[in-house]
Amino acid sequence: MKKKRYLLWLITLLTIFSFIIDLPQNFRLSFSLGPMKIDRIISRPEIDWHFGKISIKKDFSPKFGLDLSGGTHLVLEADMKSIAEEDKDKAFDSARDIVERRINLYGLTEPVIQQTKVGSSYRIIVEIPGISDAEKAIELIGKTAKLEFFEETLDSAKEATPTSFTDIWSIPTGLSGKNLKKSQVVFDPKTGTPEVALEFDEEGAKLFEEITKRNVNKTVAIFLDNQLLSAPKVNETISGGKAVIQGSFSMDEAKRLSIALNAGALPVPLTVIQQKNVGATLGMQSIDKSIIASIIGLVVIGFFMVVNYGIMGLVADVALIIYTLMTFAIFKLIPVTLTLAGIAGFILSIGMAVDANILIFERIKEEIRWGTDQLTAIRLGFDRAFPSIRDSNVSSLITCGILYYFGTGIVRGFAITLAIGIIVSLFSAITITRTFLRMVYK
Amino acid sequence: MFDFINKKWFYFIFSALIIVPGIISLILYGVKPSIDFTGGTLLELKISNQEPALTIDKIRKTGELQKIEINSIQQSGPDTYLIRLKPINKDQNQKLQEELGKELGKVTEIRFETVGPSIGKETTRNAIKAVIIASVAIILYIAFAFRQVPKPYSSFRFGICAVLALLHDVLVMSGLFSIFGHFLKVEIDTLFITALLTIMGFSVHDTIVVFDRIRENLKRLSGKPFPTIVNESIVQTLIRSISTSLTVLMTLFALLLFGGETIRWFVIALFIGIISGTYSSIFNAAPLLVVWEEWIEKKRVKSS
Repeated sequence: MKKKRYLLWLITLLTIFSFIIDLPQNFRLSFSLGPMKIDRIISRPEIDWHFGKISIKKDFSPKFGLDLSGGTHLVLEADMKSIAEEDKDKAFDSARDIVERRINLYGLTEPVIQQTKVGSSYRIIVEIPGISDAEKAIELIGKTAKLEFFEETLDSAKEATPTSFTDIWSIPTGLSGKNLKKSQVVFDPKTGTPEVALEFDEEGAKLFEEITKRNVNKTVAIFLDNQLLSAPKVNETISGGKAVIQGSFSMDEAKRLSIALNAGALPVPLTVIQQKNVGATLGMQSIDKSIIASIIGLVVIGFFMVVNYGIMGLVADVALIIYTLMTFAIFKLIPVTLTLAGIAGFILSIGMAVDANILIFERIKEEIRWGTDQLTAIRLGFDRAFPSIRDSNVSSLITCGILYYFGTGIVRGFAITLAIGIIVSLFSAITITRTFLRMVYK
Repeated sequence: MFDFINKKWFYFIFSALIIVPGIISLILYGVKPSIDFTGGTLLELKISNQEPALTIDKIRKTGELQKIEINSIQQSGPDTYLIRLKPINKDQNQKLQEELGKELGKVTEIRFETVGPSIGKETTRNAIKAVIIASVAIILYIAFAFRQVPKPYSSFRFGICAVLALLHDVLVMSGLFSIFGHFLKVEIDTLFITALLTIMGFSVHDTIVVFDRIRENLKRLSGKPFPTIVNESIVQTLIRSISTSLTVLMTLFALLLFGGETIRWFVIALFIGIISGTYSSIFNAAPLLVVWEEWIEKKRVKSS
């Protein structure tokens, strides 16, 4: 008996927890109760905890896919023909970096940028929600990265207050990305601190020697797409075409600088091989429609269960509501990006969620027909229906797994929501329903 | 008790009535693959205040002038047009819209999708792989799930019958969509493949519930003839099978009515699949098992 009470508490806690996560960011509670008038705005709590150095931050806004939020989906293919085999991964990272820089340049919100290798082709997937200046960014993405070295502006000109970095370093050196063979992170043999190494080709080595000779104790700036990357001070003349940039870099900073330098050294042309633009209004309509469809689906199923199974059906309906709360909370927690197909998967799983209940209740009815008393019938119903519930849901989970593995984008969204739905439904249909039924038929 | 097994040939013929025209259509017309598989561009434009027929004509002419190969133009809403064309890039798209703007007034882009041919080929390969691997995984799973079928009945035959029911559903769906493709210009896209795989999972899910009951009854009612046991199992699970399908169909129906344009055919595919899946597990999978057992019985009698 103790164990059952504990289950009830667990379910209650989980439900409250899910409900809190499910709440919209802010919503207004306004009603009057006799003389009492309540009108206040309730905000969903956000997690923003700090334990010494560790901080946990999570906001529970639902993530919508591009088909719902509107936006641009791009697949870019990197042309690696001119890159040596061992440098391909480096060049690929740099290509991704350059794409990210250019998108951020336009201040586009929360772009998602992913790298994928499909067979021998290297691809970058970009998702830009909203339809701001995406077109311009795309135009820029296709262009080759420009890495340049600049010397300090002459002292006389320096007197004027510099307005930008390009004013401070305005003298072109003729040294550019095409002279840079590659860059990588190395470690100072004495101190072990990370440094960024540069390797120039023959022409670059000569140019670099002259530049460093001219600029001992001065700085030389490196610009990528006209943005300042780094401006190391020249300590001595460097010949031989190999240099290191020292600084108190963290490993991460050194890596980032090296990747950015490689964007100039190992430029890979990018071509758009797939593009999808979705208007935002179309998306908003879809969200509203899907919510209406989910609610109608739930209500109809609720009626169906009560009409067919009476009190047991009502219990199943309560379990179904908890199921919906929990599933949506999980979507927000992971977070699962909701697409139209994903919502369809979720709605489909609502229908499948009652399947386990139907199997159990039919079994209970049958046991009662065979003359078992009600309490035993409920116990037997759960026990005997369980193997077929388990076996049948595994087959659906298998197909979800395969869909996830082979699918991209929308298909994956569908597979994830359906799979989560199925797993949660097993919990709700079996554990939750059983706990409640035990309370009702005590 | 209603005798399902007695009328088995009637059910098989009913299935055939749906599947055979589908197969004929598949052979004659094939399916209409979407740009997901072929590569190409899909452009949806909002053009107001125009005679639809005239607008479509103008779009076609403008396309020709731009040397853009347009495959089809469809009216997708009161003021919206869906244009399918060979892959074009963003510049060509801009130019086309500019020219159309001159001819037809304000043109607003609702959707622009372009898929390179290499991605299309890859998607096709992945879809085929997914369907094959799903089938193999499901067969293996069924063989595993039914490993404890009492002798002399074999889990192998249970597995094969479940897969035949699955094949039935795949054929119904592809056949009907081939017919839809020919007459209603419905395309097969990645969402259709998703629906197909989902139904494969669902169909087996349904079949397993029936077979599970047969397995249980084989132990409980040992001594009764096989067809009787199967029939009883079907009757016992019938209400559950229909109830479950009904609840899923109700949610799908809500999606169909309110779920928006882009997933309409996806929902229809699921709808058809669920009906077919339920039908095949009740009226095909279990009766097939009986046919097979009877055939083995006959062979045994002959040889002895």
